[in-house]
Amino acid sequence: MEAIKTTKLTKYYGTARGIIDLDLTVRQGEFFGFIGPNGAGKSTTIRTLLGLISPTGGSAQVFGMDISKDQKQILSRIGYLPSETAFYPGMKVKDVLKLSANLRSKNCSEEAEILCRRLQLDPMRKVDDLSFGNRKKVAIVCALQHDPDLLILDEPTGGLDPLMQKEFFDILRERNRKGTTIFFSSHILSEIQRNCTRAAIVRDGRIIACDTVDALSKTNAKRITVHGQIDLGDLAGIRDRQDHADSVSFLYSGDIHALLYRLAESRITDLSITEPDLDEIFLHYYQKEEETT
Amino acid sequence: MTIIRHELKQGRTNFLVWTFSIAFMLTVCVFLYPEMEGQLEGVNDIFSSMGSFTAAFGMDRLNFGTLIGYYAVECGNVVGLGGAFYAALVAVRILAKEEKDKTAEFLLSHPISRARIVTEKLLSVFIEITAMNLILLVLSAASMFIIGEDIPTKEVLLLHLAYYLLQLELMGICFGISAFLRRGSLGIGLGIAAVMYMINLISNITEKTAFLKYITPFGYCDGADIVTNGSLDVPMLSIGMAIGIVGIVCAYVRYTRKDIH
Repeated sequence: MEAIKTTKLTKYYGTARGIIDLDLTVRQGEFFGFIGPNGAGKSTTIRTLLGLISPTGGSAQVFGMDISKDQKQILSRIGYLPSETAFYPGMKVKDVLKLSANLRSKNCSEEAEILCRRLQLDPMRKVDDLSFGNRKKVAIVCALQHDPDLLILDEPTGGLDPLMQKEFFDILRERNRKGTTIFFSSHILSEIQRNCTRAAIVRDGRIIACDTVDALSKTNAKRITVHGQIDLGDLAGIRDRQDHADSVSFLYSGDIHALLYRLAESRITDLSITEPDLDEIFLHYYQKEEETT
Repeated sequence: MTIIRHELKQGRTNFLVWTFSIAFMLTVCVFLYPEMEGQLEGVNDIFSSMGSFTAAFGMDRLNFGTLIGYYAVECGNVVGLGGAFYAALVAVRILAKEEKDKTAEFLLSHPISRARIVTEKLLSVFIEITAMNLILLVLSAASMFIIGEDIPTKEVLLLHLAYYLLQLELMGICFGISAFLRRGSLGIGLGIAAVMYMINLISNITEKTAFLKYITPFGYCDGADIVTNGSLDVPMLSIGMAIGIVGIVCAYVRYTRKDIH
């Protein structure tokens, strides 16, 4: 069964675009990445799935249940970590965690204690006195303590130091191995590349690519770095060109023979042809889309 | 029950400050009565001959020299206005604050229906207003007992019942408005309570403006009418309660459909 399935899901805020005809499928047990820059529609998608906002068109199911009809049952199986965390004033961390557990009619004190210890979060501190990173930890414990079947994480690592990020991803991988589906929204591509099995790239409210992270990385574009003298001239298929004193580097998706001829004619001292990393792929997809629009 | 308990905890300080302040002014007013009793006989003539001002506060029909006449005007203003401000402020904030303080995502990502959130939040405001009115009623009777006066039980109960119902009507109106707001709720709450009070003052001045009594909940809280008639104005009260219920229904309709930002 699919953990998340959206069909032509659309949301407009008045006349402003949120998401358009979004078709997305996340299978149970996947560690799924949702990539896009700010304003692309990532949070709108998440907020629609959670029932915080109503879709303008299309439909969506979570674990086979309709988001507009079975919201309560869906939310009981979801742990949500928002990008911005805010809590009620005057409360201690332990009170926030207890409130969250009570709202789910569950006793999560044992799991909350383990998570607080792992994330080095003092439950006796007042949330008003916490730094941004520590408030994020409170939100993480709230999202995880009830052992949800689906974790929806919106830009989850903001504010966490590298050691805490490592611990956080360790916890996520453990949960994923136990069967928890993870929907991971981020604009930090290295996080997606390291952790996710599949990913979708969203741009201007539409999905422009959705595949395994490996397949997304295996685009026909290559990162070419040439040392020496070369005149690239009107060679087609060059993107993200970076000129340095003795070298030039670019993403190449044109005719490989044309490139080889050009290289053969030039006085080069060194050459490297590598697979681009996900950051470059992302750029590649974005530029490809811009050209077609 | 979780949200009710949570809201009561969150609103505890606010509740104590408002209840203590109104109770303090109310009991001080009652304790001042023996001091003023002798002077009030003379003052009564002055107060009853100030034209529109006298009518506005109902002092043309009340005997300021009796405890209940004094209580209906002085304490009526304290409890009526103080309670109205409190009820309006708490109710207008209760739904809107989640979006204003950005806690809506936390609350609404838990498996609770929006209707239940609205119900529990409404009940928390209802409990606070009811508790405040019970405390004020008990303190009022106790302070009258302490100054050695006979307690005009029926009139005091009717007056306090009227103020309580006024607060519930304002609660309903402001609760409905709260479902539409995302920020800046406090000014609106205070404004509604103040405007309703002013409308009642204007409605008392001339016959031409008397119809305004039907718009404002202060209309059925007129101490002069209650003490003179020994009863509440049921038609006016019914209109008020209906308006309050419309406000609550609006809150349910709006909040269960609203996009949360």
